[in-house]
Amino acid sequence: MASRTRAPRTAGTYVRRTVVAVYLFLLVVWPVALVVRHTFDGGTANLEAALTDPVVTTALRLTVVVAVWAVVINTVFGVAISILLVRHEFRGRRVLSALIDLPLSVSPVVVGLALLLAYGGANGALGPTVEGLGLQIAFATPGIVMATAFVALPLVIREVVPVLEEVGTEQEQAARSLGAGGWQTFRRITLPSIKWALVYGVVLSLARSLGEFGAVKIISGNLIGQTQTATLVVEQKYQDFEQGSAYATSFLLALIAVAALVVVTVLRPKEDPDGD
Amino acid sequence: MGIEITGVSKRFGDFVALDDVSLSIPSGQLTALLGPSGGGKSTLLRIVAGLESSDEGQVVIEGRDTTGVPAQKRNVGFVFQHYAAFKHMTVAKNVAFGLEIRKRPKAEVKAKVDELLELVHLTQFAHRLPSQLSGGQRQRMALARALAIEPSVLLLDEPFGALDAKVRKELRDWLRRLHDEVHVTTVFVTHDQEEALEVADSLVVINDGRIEQVGTPDDLYDKPASDFVLSFLGPVTTLGDRLIRPHDIEISRYEQAAVVDGPITRWTRVGFEVRLEVTPTDPRHPDPVQVVLTRSDATALGLHPGDRVWLRPQSGADTVVPA
Repeated sequence: MASRTRAPRTAGTYVRRTVVAVYLFLLVVWPVALVVRHTFDGGTANLEAALTDPVVTTALRLTVVVAVWAVVINTVFGVAISILLVRHEFRGRRVLSALIDLPLSVSPVVVGLALLLAYGGANGALGPTVEGLGLQIAFATPGIVMATAFVALPLVIREVVPVLEEVGTEQEQAARSLGAGGWQTFRRITLPSIKWALVYGVVLSLARSLGEFGAVKIISGNLIGQTQTATLVVEQKYQDFEQGSAYATSFLLALIAVAALVVVTVLRPKEDPDGD
Repeated sequence: MGIEITGVSKRFGDFVALDDVSLSIPSGQLTALLGPSGGGKSTLLRIVAGLESSDEGQVVIEGRDTTGVPAQKRNVGFVFQHYAAFKHMTVAKNVAFGLEIRKRPKAEVKAKVDELLELVHLTQFAHRLPSQLSGGQRQRMALARALAIEPSVLLLDEPFGALDAKVRKELRDWLRRLHDEVHVTTVFVTHDQEEALEVADSLVVINDGRIEQVGTPDDLYDKPASDFVLSFLGPVTTLGDRLIRPHDIEISRYEQAAVVDGPITRWTRVGFEVRLEVTPTDPRHPDPVQVVLTRSDATALGLHPGDRVWLRPQSGADTVVPA
């Protein structure tokens, strides 16, 4: 990483800092802090109430299961697609690259609706066929996992692709010439080079998966105690005037995501060892 | 034996990188592929290594046809210009890589790595990461890594190209000595004619996807097959209607049987050398002729800027009629 040169401090420096600090405070820090404060309004009562409510605990458990599945799927396919995009020339490569950003630009509600149209049990294009095989997708965990994987799809790829491009192919070619096969080259050379990008992508995917709302709301059917995830519980509790539970669940969701980011920031080496 | 290349062609889109190249590289020698950038020499080396596939033709390494054999099965040592060090592994792990892939016993791997690190003078750096080494050290590590698999041939692609002049010279001498010890058939690519002339047993000059000439450094320097080889291997000037090296011209202040005569119009001294430019009086050869001689010769001949001089090839000097 290039060392930043320190320009002399002027009045402008302080104005810029103040503007950025106020902006971040009003937009991010203060509102999130309010959630934390309201969670602990009555001590730990809200948290205790939420954690003993089977609706909340079922939803939290489902969210974790869905997030883990979505992250695993996105990691495997993300790495495969990244290697395909960077290491191979083929027709439609640019189209594929653009398509991968689609989940970031399309509203999650549209994603949920699209999946419902494709895999809905009664009217979906493929739904009845799949259901005939004994697998329910819509209004069940598989559908929620698909919706979550869809919206978090680009995160691993967008972290890994630039690193793969920067690392280049020479180390892989050297490994080949030393006798390593495709899998050995990937495991011993490629994977260690993209390790930190991959970890970062996984954490971002995890955070995104925990927080998905719109797509999941439609494809899950929002069945209380069955297909309701944590974000859906937050909305429902809030509308049912159980704000305490809503705050506590929000707090737990935010806590997991922030904890994951903090762990990665602490673990990640300050400067990538540069062997150039 | 060695490497037999027959009828190899390679195109990248419309660009012809190699055009029906056939070449025989003898076993145990140090051979340089020399030529300008983009001439196809690196492509040929990468085809031999299996890192690139040829469109046509055949490569036989030590009697074994390699057509369709992937790089990892060729047992070829390859050294890259930019080292291709495995950045996340220590120097010792880098060198051990090929042996670990081959699942050799631990003790054997360790003994071999120690031996090679000794050979490339990196024993005390065994546990460092490549990022903690200098460029020259990294390239020596890459060489040890390639030698660890006991390759049937060792291929080096512009191995000293990324290093500064002093280190490049050191490594060049060191490669020559290493080859005298190890005797593995070695081919290296370079665009530096001095490097090729100094290190190699035999030179292959490649230009525009074709082989211009194959021979020993003396052959190529003294008996160039074409004006391209002549001009690529060293400085060259036109005397009358022939090409000649500037130091092969006999210069005199007195009228003699000469090809060209005229005044000295430029005089540059570089170290022990004096470089002159003589503008011929004969309007049929208007281009200035470059002449190089030592300072002591120039003094002994009593030459001064502006003097009228007579020029002819020194006896025994080779000249070439340009194509």
